[in-house]
Amino acid sequence: MTLRRFLAVVVARNREFYRDRTSLGWNLLFPLLTVLIFAFIFGGGPADQYKVGVLAPGNDLAAARHPFLETPHVRFLAVADEAEAIGKVRRHQLDLVIDLRGDPRYWINEESPSGRLAERLLQATASPSAGMPAREAVQGRVVRYVDWVLPGVIATNMMFSCLWGVGYVIVRYRKNGVLRRLQATPLSPFEFLSAQVVSRLLVVAVVTTMVYVLTDLLMGFAMHGSHLVLALVFFAGAVCLVSIGLLVSVRTRSEELADGLLNLLSWPMMIFSGAWFSLEGAHPLAQAMAQAFPMTHLVTAARRVMLDGAGLADVAPEIALLAGTTVILLAIAAKLFRWS
Amino acid sequence: MDALLEARGLVKDYPGVRAVDGVSLAVPRGSCLGLLGPNGAGKTTTLEMLEGITAPDAGEIRYKGRPLDRRYREEIGIQFQATALQEFQTTRESLALFAQLYARNADVGQLIERCQLGAFLDRDTRKLSGGQRQRLLLAIALVNEPELVFLDEPTTGLDPQSRRNFWQLIDTVRRQGKTVVLTTHYMEEASQLCDMVAIVDRGRLIAQGAPAALVRDQFPGTLVRLPRAALPGDGALPEGAQARGETIEICTADAERTMHELLAMGVPLRELQVSAPTLEDVFLALTGHGLRG
Repeated sequence: MTLRRFLAVVVARNREFYRDRTSLGWNLLFPLLTVLIFAFIFGGGPADQYKVGVLAPGNDLAAARHPFLETPHVRFLAVADEAEAIGKVRRHQLDLVIDLRGDPRYWINEESPSGRLAERLLQATASPSAGMPAREAVQGRVVRYVDWVLPGVIATNMMFSCLWGVGYVIVRYRKNGVLRRLQATPLSPFEFLSAQVVSRLLVVAVVTTMVYVLTDLLMGFAMHGSHLVLALVFFAGAVCLVSIGLLVSVRTRSEELADGLLNLLSWPMMIFSGAWFSLEGAHPLAQAMAQAFPMTHLVTAARRVMLDGAGLADVAPEIALLAGTTVILLAIAAKLFRWS
Repeated sequence: MDALLEARGLVKDYPGVRAVDGVSLAVPRGSCLGLLGPNGAGKTTTLEMLEGITAPDAGEIRYKGRPLDRRYREEIGIQFQATALQEFQTTRESLALFAQLYARNADVGQLIERCQLGAFLDRDTRKLSGGQRQRLLLAIALVNEPELVFLDEPTTGLDPQSRRNFWQLIDTVRRQGKTVVLTTHYMEEASQLCDMVAIVDRGRLIAQGAPAALVRDQFPGTLVRLPRAALPGDGALPEGAQARGETIEICTADAERTMHELLAMGVPLRELQVSAPTLEDVFLALTGHGLRG
């Protein structure tokens, strides 16, 4: 590999990106608009259905006995891990957690409007004889929807940019003859592919930083972790998503097919990764499927850093998983790549 | 003259069709070889194998006596028939991009002057005219100062003036001692530029040699043509005549005498055409169909 050839292709690809004003505008405006719209629609507004986690005896919801569980329009979910459930109350993924394994007690995030309302419902159903369960206030920070959704928005934008910016572009190059022209030069497939990866990572880094800073200036959001760890999480996620884009492009000749394949991959990832809404209470199959998507681990790790202040050691499993997936996908892509 | 590039028994199969069937040829150093044939004859596939872009299913190609290897890419220049450049780049940037892909570079200033790129150096390549684009693609093919240049139908789609302008550029390239292999279906182009032509039809090489020698071998004289309907009486063909559709063709060493004989048979003078045979005539004679197929 020669650095000169690699850099020449990186520079040309970046030039192609930033001179395409429509593409540049879309990459910047889309995530900003999304955050603004979601913040406007959901900002502080309670959900019309409450989600309450129940620590039931034997983790069996049917075995739990409490009048609160009869409340209509409240969704009761059996939760097994107490610490995890309390964490979800902190992050607004659950409005309340009630422990019915011994003497009843419950956890509430005092900053959560829907949590407060769920608490009122609990009070209304408490029998005078038994009294209210013991109250445990979670010392969580205020987590607005915008705080919760921002990592998902950034990850979604990243996903589209990585998948289409590499996968679709290489297929277009193959179709219009750019690849054939480059094949006739001493440029190796490895130099070409790594230049595409690096070029897209640069674009993603710049766009993500701009969206991050602009969103912070416009609305402010929670960031309780290290920026360096967050950057590492996003980097691992972006490389993994780029490698998926590469894999789609290695043999595909038709832009329509590439578009279809990329949509087929991106939509389930967007829906089931928890980027936009919590998968708490979703069908177990959907939750299991979500674990197969790199996006899920990217969003989970980013949220843990931003909302819980998680450190490198806390998100190391997600980063390792993303890195491992990347290595496998890149190896397959490099093996299967064809210029024409 | 020693062969810079040599191919023996090239075969390429695509599903359901043998695109190239046993083509062998040699390209002497400093020469210009033209591959002629109608669309679908297999000349582009042959060229792609010679360029090292497509691997042959059988046969071998040697450059400077050795099999093609990675060094080959450094020493050749290619102008494809249909290609795109990366978008949103100017002429200057496109040229610079390709220059950086090679270890050896031509003097870019001279290249710009030689290929007449000066007037549109800072123009987006998507806004170039057909002729300007072909000149840029030729400059890209020459950016590494190649010894061997491949040009695949370099003037297809150009207006006559641009085409002649491009021929002058190729002539300049040739005068610098470079070896050129080109495909074309313009006979005039092949006659003007090539020392040697190889005629390809249905994947096979059916004739090769210097253009004048090929014409001379196939038509040792002048061609006299007349419509079959102009023949009087029972329409019996004169001696040595050949029917090509509704046209009668006579190749004669003595055109004057043949014309006298035809006039004596009662053929009207206005129906007679006398011309020197061309490569197109050679192709028609060898294959029975036209070059533009």
